[in-house]
Amino acid sequence: MELFLQTLVAGTLIGGLYAIIGIGMTLIMGVMGIINLAHGQILMVAMYITWVLWQYLGIDPYIGIIVAVPVVFYLGEGITKYLLHPLMEKDSIIPENQVLMTVGIGMVLVELVRSIFSSDYRSVQTSYTESIWRIGHISLSVPMVIAFVVALLLTLGLFLLLIRTDLGRSIRATAQDKDAAILMGVSAEKITILTFGIGSALTAAAGSLFLPIYYLYPDLGPIFTVKAFVITILGGLGSTVGAIAGGLVLGIAETFGATYISMGYRDAVGLVIFLLVLIFFPGGLKRLTKI
Amino acid sequence: MLKLENINMSYGDVQVLWDVSFEVREGEILVLVGANGAGKSSTLKTISGLQRASSGKITFDGTDLTHMPAEKIIGQGVVHVPEGRRLFNEMTVEENLIMGALHGEAKKQRSQTMEECYELFPRLKERRSQLAGTLSGGEQQMLAVARGLMSKPKLLMLDEPSLGLAPVLVQDIFDIVKSVNKQGITVLLVEQNVQSTLTFCDRAYVLENGRIVLSGTGKELLHNEHVRSAYLGI
Repeated sequence: MELFLQTLVAGTLIGGLYAIIGIGMTLIMGVMGIINLAHGQILMVAMYITWVLWQYLGIDPYIGIIVAVPVVFYLGEGITKYLLHPLMEKDSIIPENQVLMTVGIGMVLVELVRSIFSSDYRSVQTSYTESIWRIGHISLSVPMVIAFVVALLLTLGLFLLLIRTDLGRSIRATAQDKDAAILMGVSAEKITILTFGIGSALTAAAGSLFLPIYYLYPDLGPIFTVKAFVITILGGLGSTVGAIAGGLVLGIAETFGATYISMGYRDAVGLVIFLLVLIFFPGGLKRLTKI
Repeated sequence: MLKLENINMSYGDVQVLWDVSFEVREGEILVLVGANGAGKSSTLKTISGLQRASSGKITFDGTDLTHMPAEKIIGQGVVHVPEGRRLFNEMTVEENLIMGALHGEAKKQRSQTMEECYELFPRLKERRSQLAGTLSGGEQQMLAVARGLMSKPKLLMLDEPSLGLAPVLVQDIFDIVKSVNKQGITVLLVEQNVQSTLTFCDRAYVLENGRIVLSGTGKELLHNEHVRSAYLGI
């Protein structure tokens, strides 16, 4: 029973981080209508930025976020403005050429990082990396708890933005009916660029929060792209609340797989769940709300 | 007020508007009638910038709209209520109305305009926190019109507001169009419902295969041989 609870708690904590990765992808999916297959690579880039700050300037990863998130936000905006948006204007033989472009961007990011930092595993050792809090018989990893709380705050902030502000309404409106939004005076181009920036920034925040917990290497990018994709599908494509549920489900499932089957099968469990959802709930976890 | 001069427009290789010229005068209700595929909706889309004219010129109160980005047009006082309502279905009635007043003066007067809209459409006030997608067809059309009015337009362009509505509701919608017009808003109406629109409009143009073939006051067209045989089946 203790093991079960311990696993559940650990899974929930990691699920919170998965949720903001998934929300980032979902936002982009909603507004642009494409799956961003460079999502994990963008997370990986954010991790390297945070790692460099730690390694060479001695900046704590939790302060490094403040640098990494804006940098990656502008990286995301730049990618959309100069690489993805121009494709939207062009007629092409395959309508999915923007998706193919994100695949290419992902590859370039991985190899660029590899050429600078090599494929070696990196990690940061902070004073709190190994520290834990004990509640009864359950132990909580401090960096995981911090990551979860920050992820929760970011999610709340995003929801406030989406629900309470004109900007957020414009993002939702563009996702629901782009032409109608344009007729209401929304610049769909600006909203698209901004949304990709916000999506990238969220996944960047997750990356920085992961750094004290995970090893870092360039090929981590594609792994997280797959995770983000699984979360987005679990959440039912385009539902931000669904993405939260998807993130939690994936986090908990992976952790249970790691505990009760084997550490090596952790990622496999997520993919098996993915297949089961595709077969039995092709609509994903039902849209819980309409946000 | 609004002037189209020799507008040509194509979707790819298919030209749908041929040399379309007409004028909307301040304060009037102008109707564009025509069959399916005659180019009525395409004309409105070209005015609101969703489609680009390949040649010709569109001016509104002297401002050139021809190459203006679509999202800037609403700021000029021209609002397009598109065919099929195109509401933001997963947003509430109130949020849809807010989306109509995003910029400039309209944003400043947002809550006041919203009250006016609720006065005009009491049903919308009852359903203000309901999702737009859950409204009935008639209520959705009212919301679409109200969302357009939220931008404080000088010119309201309505594309087939009667589409898919029961005859009773069609009359309601036309009554609303008339009362909006009485408040001083110029109306450009696109309709297939030829008979009833011709009876209450000031002037009308008939579009056929992307060309304007007839124009005149509503009464004149109601008595026109061609209109009677082609659109009224008399």
